Amino acid sequence: MSVRICAEAFDPLLELRAFQDDLGERARSIGALATFTGSMRDFNDGAPVESMWLEHYPGMTDAHLERLAADAQRKWQLDDILIVHRVGEVRPGDAIVLVATWSAHRAHAFESCRAVMEELKSSAPFWKKEQTAQGARWVEKNTPRDSADFKPSPAE
Amino acid sequence: MFSASFKMSIKVRFFASLADSVGRREAECAFVPGMTVESVWHEINGDAPLPGGALVAINHDYCTLDQALNDKDEVAYFPPVTGG
Repeated sequence: MSVRICAEAFDPLLELRAFQDDLGERARSIGALATFTGSMRDFNDGAPVESMWLEHYPGMTDAHLERLAADAQRKWQLDDILIVHRVGEVRPGDAIVLVATWSAHRAHAFESCRAVMEELKSSAPFWKKEQTAQGARWVEKNTPRDSADFKPSPAE
Repeated sequence: MFSASFKMSIKVRFFASLADSVGRREAECAFVPGMTVESVWHEINGDAPLPGGALVAINHDYCTLDQALNDKDEVAYFPPVTGG
């Protein structure tokens, strides 16, 4: 289990590569890796966004993410979990968050990755301040938690 | 005399837009037994109500406004979170 808050830009694919390499022999029993990367858009609420400042609560934010990761390991059959979250100044296209879950089974990997991400967005103490041509503004709330239900289209 | 070095106090922190509206990020408040998260807010901000939707924490754990505080606790007030 690894949780990291970083003040510098990170490359989610390199993070995954490094973590995967560190699994070593453990990789032999892993059948599934699910990952989610959230990145900064250059627009929000109908306005172009030039950059963003991501504030957090040192001490509480890291403890909260550690707890999310530990809870996920108790709830699902996971071989490992990685959470990386950016803070400080972020530019459009930069990765903001990476959640990755390794499991013997795809259902555990998929479900835990999604659930950890949704919980992180609704409870982890981070705050975004956007810089636009009209000035800086705090993002007041995240989009509501996505439904976890997935229904395929009816057959034609 | 020992009294000065044993002053009981609470550390108070504000984050994001709430820090902007309060006008500071940190404060210290003399501890009085029976204090709650809500009473510390008013101790510092007078009659100004805590903004709707604000979240509160004691010692890095989410809590409720009526939770009682202990000497040397750190209490934090912040707006809804927007990470990820």
